[in-house]
Amino acid sequence: MRTLLDEVISKPHIGTIDYEPKDFKPDVDVRWCAGCGGYSILSPVQRIMPELGIPKEKIAFISGIGCSGRFPYYMDVYGFHGIHGRAIAIASGLKIGRPDLSVWVATGDGDNMSIGGNHFIHGCRRNVNINVIMFNNEVYSLTKGQYSPTSHKGQVTKSSPLGVLDEPFNPAALALGSGATFVARGIDKDRQHLQTLFEKAAAHNGFSFIEVYTNCNIFNDGAFDSFTKKDVRDDKIVMLEHGKPMIFGKQRDKGVKLDGFRPTVVSLTEGSYSVDDLLVHDEKDSTLAFILGDMTYNPEVPRPMGVFQSLDRPSYDDSVQMQIDHEIETKGAGDVNELMRGKDSWVVE
Amino acid sequence: MKKEIVYLDEITVRFAGDSGDGMQLAGKQFSNASASSGVDVNTFPDFPSEIRAPEGTLYGVSAFQIKLGSDEVTTHGDVIDVLIAMNASSLKVNLPNLKDGGIIITNTGGFDQRNLKLAKYASNPLEDGTLKKYNVATIDIDSIIKEELKGSGISPKIVKKTKNFFALGITYWLFNRPMEPTVKWLNRRFKNNADVLEANIRVLNAGWNYALKNDTFKRQYTLQPAEFEKGTYRNISGNHAVALGLVVAAKRANLPLFLGSYPITPATDILQYISAYKKYGIRHLQAEDEIAGIASAIGASYGGNLAATTTSGPGLSLKIEAIGLAIMTELPLVIVDVQRAGPSTGLPTKPEQSDLFQAMYGRHGEAPLPVLAAASAADCFFMTIEAARIALKYMTPVILLTDGYIAQGTEPWRIPNLEELPVLEPKFCENPEKFAPYTRDPETLARMWAVPGMQGMEHRIGGLEKQNITGAVSHDPDNHQRMVEIRQEKIDRIVDDIPELEVMGDPDGDLLLIGWGSSYGAIKSAVDKKNSVGGKVAYVHLKHLNPLPKNLGSIIEQYDTILVPEMNMGQLRTILHSKFFKPMLGLNKVQGQPFKTSDVLTKINELLSEKEVMS
Repeated sequence: MRTLLDEVISKPHIGTIDYEPKDFKPDVDVRWCAGCGGYSILSPVQRIMPELGIPKEKIAFISGIGCSGRFPYYMDVYGFHGIHGRAIAIASGLKIGRPDLSVWVATGDGDNMSIGGNHFIHGCRRNVNINVIMFNNEVYSLTKGQYSPTSHKGQVTKSSPLGVLDEPFNPAALALGSGATFVARGIDKDRQHLQTLFEKAAAHNGFSFIEVYTNCNIFNDGAFDSFTKKDVRDDKIVMLEHGKPMIFGKQRDKGVKLDGFRPTVVSLTEGSYSVDDLLVHDEKDSTLAFILGDMTYNPEVPRPMGVFQSLDRPSYDDSVQMQIDHEIETKGAGDVNELMRGKDSWVVE
Repeated sequence: MKKEIVYLDEITVRFAGDSGDGMQLAGKQFSNASASSGVDVNTFPDFPSEIRAPEGTLYGVSAFQIKLGSDEVTTHGDVIDVLIAMNASSLKVNLPNLKDGGIIITNTGGFDQRNLKLAKYASNPLEDGTLKKYNVATIDIDSIIKEELKGSGISPKIVKKTKNFFALGITYWLFNRPMEPTVKWLNRRFKNNADVLEANIRVLNAGWNYALKNDTFKRQYTLQPAEFEKGTYRNISGNHAVALGLVVAAKRANLPLFLGSYPITPATDILQYISAYKKYGIRHLQAEDEIAGIASAIGASYGGNLAATTTSGPGLSLKIEAIGLAIMTELPLVIVDVQRAGPSTGLPTKPEQSDLFQAMYGRHGEAPLPVLAAASAADCFFMTIEAARIALKYMTPVILLTDGYIAQGTEPWRIPNLEELPVLEPKFCENPEKFAPYTRDPETLARMWAVPGMQGMEHRIGGLEKQNITGAVSHDPDNHQRMVEIRQEKIDRIVDDIPELEVMGDPDGDLLLIGWGSSYGAIKSAVDKKNSVGGKVAYVHLKHLNPLPKNLGSIIEQYDTILVPEMNMGQLRTILHSKFFKPMLGLNKVQGQPFKTSDVLTKINELLSEKEVMS
């Protein structure tokens, strides 16, 4: 059943597939504000593209609305700037209809957690093989500074002059609770770490969600300073590494230990606890992932960064193909004339 | 006893009972058996929006109506000739529509004290003379089938459920229909359930034998086969026809098909049919909501698939923002709206033609798109292919309007061969040198289609206004004006690519009727009826609503009196007024029920007699 589409998309690539990051920079000006955290996402994304090892015509970036929505214009691959909140739905259709593509979504906390919340949770559980990067700046920036579903309680914004009354979403926990197979978090300030996360997301077969704390220096400047500033970050953040104990602190003198189901911080220098008592990260352990997700807003423990969970489950798009293949294998390829005739036809002579 | 054989030209039969009585199934079997023996049929399932409303209630009545004819049958019949009423409520609901002298077949088991009370009958209508105008067969179906299956070891629960097949057996005798198609169907349906299979076949035969031997049934009715073009036929519903139309359109376009949809009455069947077509290589997504349905279809279209989304009125409302995106990005997309009575949840299982304005205008910004409407169940097949043809040729979303009447009703369809159907020609950009996303075909104004995977044509599109040709984001005032005009002109130019209207009935008539969508059947038969007794009435039927056929204006000019019957408050009439500045009259039915032939005929008579008085 080779179609016209198969023909136009399977022409051999002319030339070698040997790119440099600059090959992914189109000839347009990036129009984010100077100092925007978005630049810190764009650059590692462009840097990992050559490593995908696929022709750039096979890569597509889809976005919704918001500052993150401009992302596709800044990538010299195929790009589609959709409507508010719907990027995951558009990307899912693209990937199901075109399993040969590497499909990426750029979205934000407003786009993805608010108007697009339904598509997000269903994207997580459906496990279409797409990579979703969420710029979380805890504010609506393109509409000039209203509170978002991830703004913290009490936050003063243009639409909450007396402070936000809502509780914020915890995006990592929401993704885990919705069944996402790959969940990770990083910070705009740490481009090297982001690059690692994007590489892992690209390699994961299934729905990948990467939340990036992205500073909006215009409407929510310093939103993440309390745990990302140089002088505090080592004590406020724990970097998750698969198979490694959860050690943190400037002197690597603290660790995370489980007390029942409750994570607690213990000192490694006081003599009561050693590295052997600490939680060891396991990306395949979904119970642990829930505990780590729940640490996000807990002031008593450091905030986890890295890959919370990476589970191997068949992707939706692979499953669709398997159903088709199985049907064709067991019943033979469908004959449309036969389908039209059906089983209850009669002949008029 | 001797039975008389009566010859008829047409007759209308209605199966009515509780929601769980299997009346839809009996009706479908009866219409298939009738159609396969050569008469023309038109069917209308009429059921409540509750799945199993409380047993015996008036609002739980489910019915299936079939009109049979030796001539062309375009409606499901105005009045009932034969009513099968399985309980008191189904009798009460349907009696007002039964012809004087009509036949009633009742199951006395459905007329006990409880049933009478639920139907709000003070006394038993089978005994108190209520039905003296009719020919009534009161049959204790429950006892007969119990007796028939005694000793078979089949569970009482299964036995009880076969009563629809007893009623079916009676009707098969009454109309001398072959039982083989139904027996064949039962064998297929219950091949893994020997008890149910045996029970149904025995009870079906018992029904036939009961009618044959019982004195109540003195006459057997025969209809001559209708004249059909040679060919292979099947009974098809509009929803089924849309599903097949999508598959065939993709095949004729040589593209993969993608359907992104969300279940909604009365459009859900289309999604269900398509979901079973995996061996044809078809992909579908039952999305989390209506918006994801269309958004995923837009994504698939961006990737080069023939993409479609199917819905009903409330769903179309939810999809509208995304339709604007498809218009802006100029991507092909087939949107099927199976209209139902609104606004809001309205009457979910009942038809209306009240989404025309929504389809035409329901978007923000200047956002024109082609709008089509199918005239009958079988026509849904051809109009779906037409929608795909226009979508691919002009790189645009297209809305196809059907409605609950033709979506669920059936009629015989001459099954075409793939080869006799139009070839659709999607045009992918082949030459990267010449590529710019908004370069256009000079004739159709369609933009070039380059999809991910095509080397050297990597580009970005989206909902922001684009610079003509290059597709770069542009806020230039003159460019926006130009792009709005181009998008409009692209749709306007389709007028040269659609068939002109043919005037039906008497073109020299004194009165012109203009119809669209599913009311075709009722209007056509009213016009034919009037003209057969010396009336002079002309009729045009619109399948293309945007753009309107080229010769509509010149047709309209030829008539002083114009009547536009539609199942809304005058939406087409308003569109025609604004386009042609010509006064027109409306016949507007918004009862959640399709037009009857008599509704239209009465209005025609009224208008013609007024004209006589005036002259």
